[in-house]
Amino acid sequence: MATDTRPTRTPEQEIRRRTRRAFLTMGAGAVGMAAVWRWLNSLSPDGDISAPLRKVLGFNERVVRTTLFGDNHLVKTYPASAIRHLKVNGEFGLEQPLDAAGWNLEVAPVSGTSLKLALADVQALPRFEEIIDFKCVEGWSVVTQFAGARLADFTAKFAPGSQKAAFVGMNTPLKDYYVGLDMPSALHPQTLLAYEMNGKPLEDKHGAPLRLVIPVKYGIKSIKRIARIEYTDQRPRDYWAEQGYDYYSGL
Amino acid sequence: MKILEEKHRLATRWFHWLNFPLLTAMIFSGLLIYWAYDPYRIGFGSVTLFHFFPDWFYNFTGIGQQLALGMALHFVLAWLFAINGIAYVLYTAFSGEWRELLPDRKSPAQALQVALHDAGFKVPLPPQGRYNAAQRMTYSAIVVMGALSLVTGLAIYKPAQLSWLTALLGGYEWARWEHFWLMIAYVAFFAIHIAQVVRAGWANFRAMVSGYDLVDLPTPTEPEATHGD
Repeated sequence: MATDTRPTRTPEQEIRRRTRRAFLTMGAGAVGMAAVWRWLNSLSPDGDISAPLRKVLGFNERVVRTTLFGDNHLVKTYPASAIRHLKVNGEFGLEQPLDAAGWNLEVAPVSGTSLKLALADVQALPRFEEIIDFKCVEGWSVVTQFAGARLADFTAKFAPGSQKAAFVGMNTPLKDYYVGLDMPSALHPQTLLAYEMNGKPLEDKHGAPLRLVIPVKYGIKSIKRIARIEYTDQRPRDYWAEQGYDYYSGL
Repeated sequence: MKILEEKHRLATRWFHWLNFPLLTAMIFSGLLIYWAYDPYRIGFGSVTLFHFFPDWFYNFTGIGQQLALGMALHFVLAWLFAINGIAYVLYTAFSGEWRELLPDRKSPAQALQVALHDAGFKVPLPPQGRYNAAQRMTYSAIVVMGALSLVTGLAIYKPAQLSWLTALLGGYEWARWEHFWLMIAYVAFFAIHIAQVVRAGWANFRAMVSGYDLVDLPTPTEPEATHGD
């Protein structure tokens, strides 16, 4: 063959050579991919997901926050007829019975002194109602009605100037459940400090007397029985992020 | 006398062989997520013929109790799955290979002939190019399914920021249902694909790996062209 640049090989030898080379490449690729897979799946000593996974989740968060997130992007709302029963799925922070008389809300602005508030102080803010699809990180969701004060209004009233901080941290009275929120999500118009659910005062197991409802994130961020709200530039601890979940967990 | 003939280009083979482990990893991590809320079934009313998935499946595969890891893997590897898929579509569009891949008006009827032939009926095979009509239909459908997986996945991932997309797909719960059944369709495709590859034999598989096949040199039917002019 005039076009054959390697006349010393027969076509049979040539295809064998090419096949061998291709299989060696694929084998090397498979070994490499298996190593990457193991690396991604390896848990860090404290049980967290691997560093490369965390890095990319952080990248995903930056992509979403810079290209998608907006205060005008509202979660869908529903008519009252769509409301279904919301089961109690998390009791972290609710193990002890609520000490209603002893409860108050501590607010720590980004600078300056902390305040102690009563429920009436929150209820004195404009009341907002929303019927939203409450989404659990497990994959299910339930249409539920909540009413309360916007966290944005709350912040403007009780921690003015703290909107410039990067984060909001919240925890339960015994500090056994805690969440960290980025400020844009915290100030989203549908983020409520809720004291009512489905037309009734919040039940104990749903986080009485005051819980967070942040429909732009999975339910793991909607902390119940809030005792303290802190505005900070240091990323607050987050219960489920420490268990390997995405810190942002935005929807 | 046999000669080498290029059957599949290098780019096509890379896209294919990268997609295989990526899709496998997406399905595996997706199942880690699905486990946490696994409502889908085949059935009607109160009769369930098959529940996705029975305990034996979770026990056998070790899938379970790894929602956080599953979500992280899924949302990280989705980039690679999407990039590989988009690169493949662009390559196919600009190289002109789409002509050999996309079905035409005759494809549905011919695909039926191919299917009947492969099922053992005495039906003649229609003429074909690189891919037969059934392959054109299936391989094109797989690309569309990949795009749908990406789109339904985004609708579940960001139902608040992409609420228009979620609404377009019928809402959050429907998007998850669609995303799940696309996965089942991949698994069904995989089973048929493997069976067909086994049937087609070694040379066909070798062509997908090495890119080449050995074909008979066409016997010369006319004397050598003159070089006088």
